[in-house]
Amino acid sequence: MAPPVTIRDLRFDWPGGRFGLDVPAFDLPSGAKMMLTGASGAGKSTLLALICGIVQPQAGRVDVAGQPMSGLPPRARDRLRADQIGIIFQQFNLLPYATALDNICLPLRFSPRRRAQVSNPRDDALSLTQALGLPDDLVLRAKSTDLSVGQQQRVAVARALLGAPPLIVADEPTSALDVDAQAEFLDLLFAQVTQMGASLLMVSHDPALAPRFDIVQPLAKIAMPRRGAA
Amino acid sequence: MLWRLALSSMRSRGLTVVLTALAIALSVALVLGVEKLRLGAKISFADTISDTDLIMGARTGGVQLLLYAVFRIGAVPNTISWDSYQQIAARPDVNWIVPISLGDSHRQFRVMGTTPAFFDRYKYRSGRDLTLRDGAVMSDLFEAVIGADVAETLGYQIGDPIVVAHGVASFVQHEDTPFRITGILDKTGTPVDRTVIVGLEAIEAIHVDWQDGAQRPGTPTPPETLRQMELQPKAITAALIGVQSRLQIFTLQRAINEYPSEPLMAIIPGVALQELWGIIGIAETALLAVSVIVVVTALLGMAAMMLAGLSARRREMAILRALGAGPGTIMGLLLAEALFIAAIGAVLGIGLLYAGLVVAQPWLDVAYGIFVPISGLTPRDLLTVLAVLVAAALVCLIPAWRAFRISLADGMSVRN
Repeated sequence: MAPPVTIRDLRFDWPGGRFGLDVPAFDLPSGAKMMLTGASGAGKSTLLALICGIVQPQAGRVDVAGQPMSGLPPRARDRLRADQIGIIFQQFNLLPYATALDNICLPLRFSPRRRAQVSNPRDDALSLTQALGLPDDLVLRAKSTDLSVGQQQRVAVARALLGAPPLIVADEPTSALDVDAQAEFLDLLFAQVTQMGASLLMVSHDPALAPRFDIVQPLAKIAMPRRGAA
Repeated sequence: MLWRLALSSMRSRGLTVVLTALAIALSVALVLGVEKLRLGAKISFADTISDTDLIMGARTGGVQLLLYAVFRIGAVPNTISWDSYQQIAARPDVNWIVPISLGDSHRQFRVMGTTPAFFDRYKYRSGRDLTLRDGAVMSDLFEAVIGADVAETLGYQIGDPIVVAHGVASFVQHEDTPFRITGILDKTGTPVDRTVIVGLEAIEAIHVDWQDGAQRPGTPTPPETLRQMELQPKAITAALIGVQSRLQIFTLQRAINEYPSEPLMAIIPGVALQELWGIIGIAETALLAVSVIVVVTALLGMAAMMLAGLSARRREMAILRALGAGPGTIMGLLLAEALFIAAIGAVLGIGLLYAGLVVAQPWLDVAYGIFVPISGLTPRDLLTVLAVLVAAALVCLIPAWRAFRISLADGMSVRN
C-alpha cells in the first residue's frame, strides 16, 4: 500500500511573497499516527494546505496515497482530497445552519468513492457518533450551533472518518478544549482511526500530547519557512 | 443535499434574504405594471373615438385635424363652408354626419357647437355611449351640456349659468348671451370630459352681433330676437361621418379629399390615432426606462447584499473546500442562491402586480379614463421576467467570482 503522504523537494510561496516554505523530504508511513509540533507561524497551516491540495507548490511534488496531488488539475485535486483525506479543524468545523447529521454526511456528496464505502449514510454516521459518545437525538435534530465545542469536535471527527478515507489530517483539534476533554477526545479519535486502519497526521503545539503518538516530528526539522522582504 | 444545505443557509440569513426578494418583487411588479398600464393607455387612447368612420375638416395635416376635432387641442386652421357640408351630407354613401363647430372657450375648456345627434353618434371604448350623469341634453338655444371634468373643476351644477368667451384664452366674453347648464356627462376618459357642448345654432347666435372678432357697437340683439332668427351657420369646423357600408370608407375619403370647390380632407380616426400615439410614445419609453432602472437597482442591491455577506461566510466556504468542493461549486452555490432569490422575487412580484391591478383598476378607470384589462402574462411579460433572472445571475457573477477568489486564497483556513 502506498504511503499516505510523500513530499519531495517542495518549494512554495504564497502569492505576494510574504511567506514561503521549503520541504526537502517528508514521509508519513502507512497506518502511522504522527504529530507535528511547532509554534504558530512555523508554516503548519501552509504545510497542511499543500498536503490537502488546496494550494499548489511552485516546485517539487506532494503525493497522497500514491497519487501526485501537486501534478493534478484543480478539479482532480479537489476530488483526490475528498476521496483520500478527512480533515478536522481547530474549531468552527461545522456549517452552523445544518444539523450534525447533515454535516457528517456532507463529504459523501463530494466523494463517490467514500459514498461507495458506506451502505447507509445515516446508520453509518449514527454508529460513528455513538462510538464517539454523542446521543442520537443531538446528532439528528440539534443545529450545530446548539452543540458544545467538545461535541462539535466529535461531530467533526465523525465527518472526517465517514466513508473511511485512508488519511486523517487534524489541525490542532484539541486547542479549543479543556484538559479533561482533550484526553477524552484523543482517546476517541485514536480508537476510531485505529479501527478504520487510517493514518493520522496531527498538528499541535502542545508537547503534553506527544507520548500518545507513534512519531513526533518538530516542524522545524521538516519545513524551512522563508519570509519575504515584503 | 447541497440544495437542502443552500436552503437552510438562506433560512439562517432569513431577514436579509426576504428583504432582498421583496425589493426584487417590487421592481418586477413595477416593470410589469408599467407595461400593463402602457398597453391599457394605448388601448384607451385608440378608443378615444369609435364607430366613427371618417373625420372631415379643412385640408391640413391628419394629426392636426385629429387634435382639434377630437382632442380639441391647437388652432383650427380653416373651416368648411355650410354648402360643402350639405353636399357631402347628401351623398348616398353617408349614413350619418354630425357637424362640429369650435373656436370659443369657457375658462380653460373648449366650447363645441354640434347637433343633438352627437350624443347618439359619438362613441368611445369600442362602442360605448355618452351618458348623462345629471340633467338632460340641451333643448333650448342657450342651454349647454358639460363634460365631467368641466363640472368637477369648476364646481358646476345643473342650472348654473356660464358665459362663453370669444376665442380661446380670451378676455372678450359673450356676456349678453349667457348659457344655462342642463346636463352633466359621465366621466369617459376622453376629451369630451373637458368640453362644453352647445347647439350648433347657439354658436351662430352668440356671434350675431360680432364682426371680425369684435363686438359691433350698439345695442346687442336680445336673446328673444335671436330665438326667432334663422341661425343657419355659414361654416363649421369639422364633421364626424358614418358610412353606409365599411367598404365605402375609402371611396368617400377620396371623394372628400378631391372635393373640387373647397380644399377638404377626411381621415380615418384609428389610423390618425395610431400616428399620434407614435408621436407621444416617447413618454412610454421614458416610463419603461425608469422601471428598468428600478429593476437594476434591486439587482445591484442583491449583489451588494451577497458581497457584504461573503466575509461572514468565509468559514462556510473554507469548510466546503476542505470537504472537497471546488471553487466552481462554491461559485455555483452563490449563483444558485441569487437565482433562487430572484425567482422568489419574480413570483412575488407577479402576485403583487395582480393584487395591485385588482385594487387600482376601477380607480384608474374613473380618475384617468385608462382601462387596464386584468389579463394573463403576455409572452413579452414572461420574457421580461426571464430577463430579470438572467440579469440577476449576471449581476451576482461579481460576488460569485469574489467567492471563487476568496476560496482559492483562503484554502482551508480563514486568512485575514
